[in-house]
Amino acid sequence: MTYLRPNFRHPNAPINRIGFTEKDYEGSISTLCAGCGHDSISAAIIQACFELSIEPHRIAKLSGIGCSSKTPTYFLGQSHGFNSVHGRMPSITTGANLANRDLIYLGVSGDGDTASIGLGQFAHVVRRNLNMLYITENNGCYGLTKGQNSATTDIDSKNKAGSVNPFAPIDLVNLALQLGATFVARSFSGDKTQLVPLIKAAISHRGFAFIDILSPCVTFNNNAGSKKSYDFVREHCDATSTIDFVPMEQEITTDYDHGSSQDVTLHDGSVIRLQKVKQGFDPGSRRIALRAIKDAEERGEILTGLLYVDTDPSDLHDILNTVNKPLASLGEEVLCPGNRTLQSINDSFR
Amino acid sequence: MSEVASLNELVVKFANVNGTGSASANQMFAKAIFRMGLPVSPKNIFPSNIQGLPTWFEVRISEKGYLARRGDVDLMVAVNPQSMLNDVKEVVSGGYFLYDSTKPLDLRLFRDDINYLPIPLTQICLQEYQDPRQRQLFKNIIYVGALSALLSIEFDVLAGLVSDQFNGKEKLITANIHALELGHQYASKHFSCPLPIRVQRRNLIGKRLLAGGNDAAGLGAVYAGATVAAWYPITPSTSVVEAFEKYANRLRIDAGTGKKTFAVVQAEDELSAIGMVIGANWNGARAFTATSGPGISLMSEFLGLAYFAEVPVVLIDVQRTGPSTGMPTRTQQSDILACAYASHGDTKHVLLFPATPKECFDFTALAFDLAERLQTPVIVMSDLDLGMNDHISEPFEWEDRRRYDRGKVLDAGGLDALAARGERFGRYLDVDGDGICYRTYPGAHPKMGAFFTRGTSRDPYAVYTEDGSKYAENMDRLLVKFATAKQVVPQPEFWPCNLDGEKAEHGIIFFGTSNYAVQEAMDALAEQGRAVDAMRLKSFPFNDQVAAYIAAHRQIFMVEQNRDAQMRSLLVNELEIDPAKLIPVLNYDGMPLTATTLLNKINTVLAAQRGDSPRKVAGGRS
Repeated sequence: MTYLRPNFRHPNAPINRIGFTEKDYEGSISTLCAGCGHDSISAAIIQACFELSIEPHRIAKLSGIGCSSKTPTYFLGQSHGFNSVHGRMPSITTGANLANRDLIYLGVSGDGDTASIGLGQFAHVVRRNLNMLYITENNGCYGLTKGQNSATTDIDSKNKAGSVNPFAPIDLVNLALQLGATFVARSFSGDKTQLVPLIKAAISHRGFAFIDILSPCVTFNNNAGSKKSYDFVREHCDATSTIDFVPMEQEITTDYDHGSSQDVTLHDGSVIRLQKVKQGFDPGSRRIALRAIKDAEERGEILTGLLYVDTDPSDLHDILNTVNKPLASLGEEVLCPGNRTLQSINDSFR
Repeated sequence: MSEVASLNELVVKFANVNGTGSASANQMFAKAIFRMGLPVSPKNIFPSNIQGLPTWFEVRISEKGYLARRGDVDLMVAVNPQSMLNDVKEVVSGGYFLYDSTKPLDLRLFRDDINYLPIPLTQICLQEYQDPRQRQLFKNIIYVGALSALLSIEFDVLAGLVSDQFNGKEKLITANIHALELGHQYASKHFSCPLPIRVQRRNLIGKRLLAGGNDAAGLGAVYAGATVAAWYPITPSTSVVEAFEKYANRLRIDAGTGKKTFAVVQAEDELSAIGMVIGANWNGARAFTATSGPGISLMSEFLGLAYFAEVPVVLIDVQRTGPSTGMPTRTQQSDILACAYASHGDTKHVLLFPATPKECFDFTALAFDLAERLQTPVIVMSDLDLGMNDHISEPFEWEDRRRYDRGKVLDAGGLDALAARGERFGRYLDVDGDGICYRTYPGAHPKMGAFFTRGTSRDPYAVYTEDGSKYAENMDRLLVKFATAKQVVPQPEFWPCNLDGEKAEHGIIFFGTSNYAVQEAMDALAEQGRAVDAMRLKSFPFNDQVAAYIAAHRQIFMVEQNRDAQMRSLLVNELEIDPAKLIPVLNYDGMPLTATTLLNKINTVLAAQRGDSPRKVAGGRS
């Protein structure tokens, strides 16, 4: 990978609705291996945030430990970031979100971080329907410690050294659906046309949005016989539909073929436009999504695209009935009941 | 038959079966003594169990103000056949044994040096009540009624407590008062009331309270402006967050919308609980958690992150008997080292040691200021005895002019001013020389102030680095910050020698709930003519006064409720004290320390030094 970033930028680089260029959404230069799928995901995040015209400082990016968790350094350099400890990004994000409900929370994790050491925190952040986008950059191995199998390594998948994985994998989209996630998608780092609109839709979703992104490890898990190699994933992806995202500000003008299309209107008025929807598939049905995943698995395929969305769920703040203002913004005049009240509390101890 | 006789100096112990509603009746007994203006110290000695096992409630009444456990019992209320064989042994010679005489007394329970008070509690209940649950609950109230006659507790005070407890529910009030009367009448008719041990109203309480430390800590968090509490249930800390939520539900509801100005999350484990606290504090909220020993172990990795990434954390550790699950419902002060140095790598944490409910309130509130001022975890080191038992306490006070110290935070204006001066914001840049750097909250400014918080090494501008010298500089700065902490944490409290004009060669260092036993022991030592003074530690890092106190004494008794004299190790390690100077005086059986234990151990050491044998000591009866 290069260690120098060219200073050149096109003088007429496009600017978005709030006057930022895509460059404003970039981060430090990546130190991941050349060709790493994770870098494509970082690029997709940059593009999605640029196109959504989000002010960078309105986003907080959080991660755990691992190759995937290093990536928040490589995008959104003007956003606060938190690279926490292994498998614990969900709890840090939960606390952050409780403190300030007005920011956008983008959590980045990996398959080791999410499906092994962090499986408990993953399960519970799903249950709480925290308003965040949770991305797992899933390469089916532990890259940073040189290629050990992970909990998402497929059974019978062969690793670089030639050994075959004997354990059944944890399918994170399946788990997220069963635990009640309100936005669930799967994508592939090599499929930007699918990934960018999915990220945009997931950010716009109010509640817990999960995208499991297959992101091959070029160094340790890209060999023949691996079920997470570029070739294998590319050949076996089967999308539920194509996807476009129309933000709420934008008027819907394009014509489309109504027969196999579906519009999903999100809480904020944005629209997810699905075309070439598979027969019988309905992103509003958790049951259908679970069955479609199972069917694809039995066919030896990997179901990608938007799998499920609940367009108007209650998030954790709704459930806890917290005030609309960020809790972090409240001062002692609101928070401290004062000495007079304390004296009457004292009486209850007499 | 001899009878112990005492006015306003006695110990009453209740031996019950847990899950039978005895605790609230026993608390009513203790509260009645308190309302009669008498110092009282109730200790709930309960099993790690919900129903069916032995549980005890021990109440010391002392107009002298001695509130440590005394270690023996004047009057045993024995209503649990499971534990009677041991219960009867605890009664002092000439003491009293009140028991349920519905069935004849097991002959093995007979002692010829104590007095028996048979009351057919079960039989009375069978006659009076139809409902089995009522028969069980009112049995407790009936023996409280009997005690009111036996010990001359003012009946009106008990009736008043019943009215307060069942506020407005007339049916329940009448039924409970009737049960009290049943007991009172039975005792008056069958025994010579009052007994030679009895109570009489005094005016020794003043404005003080009878409160538990966990309630106080939860209330302190409300007053300190905590908005996020994340926790995982664990005895004996559970009631801290429960108290926070109870008071917040009353005091923290937005009048216009009915919505809450706080969030309480029961996490999936302690790791997640402290993770949420770190995330919320990072994002500018005041957040806290409460736990006990096993939770401290689980939180250690995150405590290291908060120390190194410099995120405020308030953690209330209500200590219990370790290691591992230990005795989860018994008290100890055994998390000192685990908390002082929690996490791998070089870490040190600020600790506060409350000794009273008032201090649980004050130190919890202070912990939020210190955590934000110092940008580091602050751990309030309570214990089961302090947290879960009621204690006589000074009333809680809040200075309305007090403002929260949010520490060094740059908002948008601050960042603009910095830029106007041509300076670059550095999250880990020590511009003031006190080791504390300026932080920004996420979202504070559209163009400036964003940085990456991480547990990996970084330069003063929060940029990742593996440059060893930059790493070492940062670790050294954290020591500068710890030295700053020394200046702002609470100073120790000094207890002078109780012998006029004597300069004490021997000192006692203690902290937390050892205060009662130390107070009583010091009076006894003075009576013996032994000059000893004392210092109560309130915080770590140790401020300079601590070293000065140790230097000014020939020998120091380290009074601690753990096996390994952990505070002693911390003093030796941090202040480079000669270990021979610090003599451990330890108690670690899970029970609150008695003055007798303390005195015997101190006297043994002193006697060995003087070559005389320890005298029989005052203050205890053993």
